[in-house]
Order: sequence, then structure tokens, then C-alpha cells
Amino acid sequence: MMTNPTGRLTQGQFSFLPDLTDAEIALQIEYGLKKGYAWSVEYTDDPHPRNTYWEMFGNPMFDLKDAAGVMMELNACRKTFPNHYIRMMAFDSTRNTESITMSFIVNRPAKEPGFGLSRQEVKGRSMHYTVHSYATDTPEGERYGR
Amino acid sequence: MNAPLYSIPGAAPAAPAAAAPSSGQDGGARTVNQVLAESQIEAVMDELDRDLVGLVPVKQRIRDISALLVIDKLRRNLGLEAQAPSLHMSFTGNPGTGKTTVAMRMAQILHRLGYVRKGHLVAVTRDDLVGQYIGHTAPKTKEVLKKAMGGVLFIDEAYYLYRPENERDYGQEAIEILLQVMENQRDDLVVILAGYKDRMDTFFKSNPGMSSRIAHHLDFPDYTQGELLQIGERMLDGMHYRFGPGAQQVFAEYLSLRLQQPHFANARSVRNALDRARLRQASRLFGERDRALTKDDLSTIEVADLRASRVFAAPAA
Repeated sequence: MMTNPTGRLTQGQFSFLPDLTDAEIALQIEYGLKKGYAWSVEYTDDPHPRNTYWEMFGNPMFDLKDAAGVMMELNACRKTFPNHYIRMMAFDSTRNTESITMSFIVNRPAKEPGFGLSRQEVKGRSMHYTVHSYATDTPEGERYGR
Repeated sequence: MNAPLYSIPGAAPAAPAAAAPSSGQDGGARTVNQVLAESQIEAVMDELDRDLVGLVPVKQRIRDISALLVIDKLRRNLGLEAQAPSLHMSFTGNPGTGKTTVAMRMAQILHRLGYVRKGHLVAVTRDDLVGQYIGHTAPKTKEVLKKAMGGVLFIDEAYYLYRPENERDYGQEAIEILLQVMENQRDDLVVILAGYKDRMDTFFKSNPGMSSRIAHHLDFPDYTQGELLQIGERMLDGMHYRFGPGAQQVFAEYLSLRLQQPHFANARSVRNALDRARLRQASRLFGERDRALTKDDLSTIEVADLRASRVFAAPAA
């Protein structure tokens, strides 16, 4: 069974589109800033769908007026982790929302091996299924070539 | 990056549309007046002339900068590319000469001309940039820089950033980060440094890199007595007060005496003097318990309110 038909990780917004250019990312950030969101940058090399919390790269950025500031942080993150997944998150602090409202991947490793489906036979003829990232067989920091 | 294995509707022909002919874009303004009409820069300049008393050299330099920006826009419309001018500035002058006020205006002017995208002003001092322990300074400075992106970063009393007497001071680190961003992200933000003349001179002497990256060194002159009087009247007007009969002459007299005393802080001293006069006016009216106070009574600063100042007492003693 093919678990990775596009050869790419599809999580968050725009993940079925070609990679956004920096200008397009800046436009998205600008949109979020206009709505009053606080942007933050997160990275990981374990992109399992259930791995909800990625590592934060610096603090969330409140009180920014222009996308250039967020892009500065993103570029710093890309420089530090060129072969990791990096995503932008927009936090809406409005009362009763207080949650992430936008999230999209802005950096991917050159090669994305995807996920395998592993089966486990249990009592009787029952099967337990789980999704396993091929990349996570190697230790952290060495997963996507480096 | 991996290209997706599927096709995206409408993705192919999108690319070449962007390269339109360079002339005729941007509305194609050809005359200075057209650019001025588009940017309403004149309104800001007039406001500057009207609201700020004196400061002739400063206003002239702002006019020069605005003219360059307008001409640059015209050149760009005709396809004459030039690098965006460096707009980092340093404001030097004695206390109370209007450095912060002008910085605010500068943000507006640059925004209307389209040289900064958002036109907000972030005013900081050493405390906001320099950390308390190793590794604290860089994130702090960067956070401030990120907030200032698209606007103007105003660093008040910038000479405090550099403390030669303490070799382990983290100010130098903040300066280095600032320099890097000032150089590399010139079209994202404008940095304005402000401080007293003599101390800024030593600051620039010990940081030649900083000095050379700042294109505009503006010196704010002290106000003359006449200008101070004008400023005082505007302040009163803004607070809905006015001078009673004879009070204006007394205030002029007060200024000439005060100018000879030490620690005179120009417009700031004028404001303080007026605030004290308001206090005296208040307690004078407070004393007259049974009088029905009219609007006139409440908004008039009388001669007595000014005469009570210790500045008048000093020469007599």
C-alpha cells in the first residue's frame, strides 16, 4: 500500500501546492499580521502525523508590524536546520480562539522517504496497524542526510 | 525540494505574466507635482513647518531628503534604477530640542514616500537592547529589530550602548547586530540614533563602522528666546490655557532669566515652567472658596502665577 503518493509530506495549509516562494510566504505572513496573529517558527525531523508539537525556534513573535521581521527569524532557522521540516504557525490570541489559526510548511528535507504501514498480529486473526516514518530509524539530527 | 508528482491547474502559464514593461508602471508619474499628489508629502511638510518652531537646518535637511526620494521615484518610473538611498540618521542636540518629535514625523514622511512600508516608530533605549548576562543581548536586540521592521527604530541616548570603561559590557554585541541589520536590510527599516552632541561624537569616534553607515547627521540647534516664547504659547494653547494681561511679557522675562541659569532644557523647561504656573493658578483659585469661577478664570494664567517662580527670586537675593 502506498502511504506517500505525492512523495511529499502533506500537513497544514498549502501542502498539496508546490513549495511557496519567499515572496509568497511573506504575503501569507502579512495577511496573518493584519489579522493580529503572532507568528512563530517551529522545526522537527520527526514529522509523524501524531507529532503535534514540533520544536520551537525562538519565542512566538508578538507585536510585529511587518513580515520582514518574521522572515528574518525563518531565514535564521533555515540556516540552522537546512534539512529539517520547518513550519510557520500563526497564533490568534483573541478571547475564545486562543489557538493556532494558520500553519504551513516552509522548508523540507531534500529527500522525503515517507511512512511505512506496519502490521502487528494479535489475538486470533486481529491486526493492529501503525504508521512508521522511515526516517526515524536513524537518530535525531541524522535523519535527512547531514 | 521535491516537485509534486501531480499537475496543478493553471500553474504553468502563471510565470511570464510578471515581467511587464518597466516604463509606465506605478501610475507613470512624470512631474514632481504628480508624485507629491500621490504621496501627500506636502501635507506632512506643511504640518512640520507649522507645528515645529525654529529648527531651520533640520527642516532644510528633511526637505532635501524628501526631494531626493521624490526624484528617485520619478527616475524609477523612467526605468533609471538606483540603489535605495541609505536613510539611517543621527539626531544630535541639547535636551528638549525636539529630537523625538522630529523622529515621529520622519516615520510619517518616509511612510508616505513609500520608503518604509508601515511607518510606525519603535522608540527604545539601552535597556531594551542590551541584556544582563551572556547570551541575553542578541535575542533581545533581534526582538526589537523584528518589531521595528517596516518602520523606524529610534534609539534614544544611543551613546549609552557603548561603555568603554567596562570591557565586559554587552553593548558592543548589540551594536554589532544593529550594524549588520542596518547594512543588510536597508529597505526594511530605518534606524535613527539620538543623543547629546558631545557624547554622540565620542560614540561615533569609538564606533567608526556606525558613523559611516549613517548618511544623515542632523544637529538640532538650541532655541532662541523668541522661539521658546512661541513654543510656550503653543503649549498653553494645546492645554486650553492662555496668558492673562501682561503675563506674556512676564513669561518672556522669565525665559531670559532662566536661559542664564544652568540645566536649561529648551522646550522641556518651558513645559515644566508652564506646568508649575498651572499648579500655582490652581492653588490661587482653590483659595477663593466662595467665588463662582467662570471659564475665563479657569483658563487664564495671571502675572502672579508666573512671578511666584524662584527664577525671579534668585537675582534679588
